[in-house]
Amino acid sequence: MNDKRPVNLDLSQFSFPLPALTSIVHRATGIILFVGIAILMYILELSLSSEEGFNSVKECLDGFFVKFIIWGILSGLLYHLVAGTKHLLMDLGIGETLEGGILGAKITIVVSVVLILLAGVWLW
Amino acid sequence: MVASVTSFGRNGLYDWMIQRVTAVSLAAYSIFLLGFFILNPDMTYTQWSEFFSCTGVRIFSLLALLSLGAHAWIGLWTISTDYLKPMVLRFIFQAVSGLVMFIYVVWGVQILWGL
Repeated sequence: MNDKRPVNLDLSQFSFPLPALTSIVHRATGIILFVGIAILMYILELSLSSEEGFNSVKECLDGFFVKFIIWGILSGLLYHLVAGTKHLLMDLGIGETLEGGILGAKITIVVSVVLILLAGVWLW
Repeated sequence: MVASVTSFGRNGLYDWMIQRVTAVSLAAYSIFLLGFFILNPDMTYTQWSEFFSCTGVRIFSLLALLSLGAHAWIGLWTISTDYLKPMVLRFIFQAVSGLVMFIYVVWGVQILWGL
């Protein structure tokens, strides 16, 4: 292995600015969604299997615990979607400055918190 | 330039592009599904199964599923190469991610077409 390859830095030694934190949450929600997809696909399979399956899914979704899990996955999706949209906008050259990056991170948090709360209201 | 054999497109530029193209299709599909749920608050089984028996919905779902496979692979690959330094650990993580993605794709096809 070539010694000149980039090294892994010790992340515990850094102080994280807001854009770094929103970026890490973007990654974390990505992992959560990757696992959450299994739950969503299981629900999809059950709901499409038969009328009884569909009704049992409906019944399950009325329970607090299952609804909470769905809200969690939906929250991850909404955050990932908002942060990803910000990413695509930055790829287009929008908000690439230091101030733009911080503002973008703030907008990402505000918009996703609003969407997550709306999703909660919609589910309950 | 360092080319990695484990990256999706074998080259960072391809990965970058694929990550973004699949992101757009996943975003479109997510909004499409959420819109369908919001517009149909009291959904019945007939409505739901008819929706998923439309060829258009099935094609869109398969597109999203394949996009998910590529998108998640690139994302998880990036995460594993950033945070998992021991080679064995990184390899196991990538192998498990790849296997799970393959299962998702096959499982999804089975759900959509009921094979």
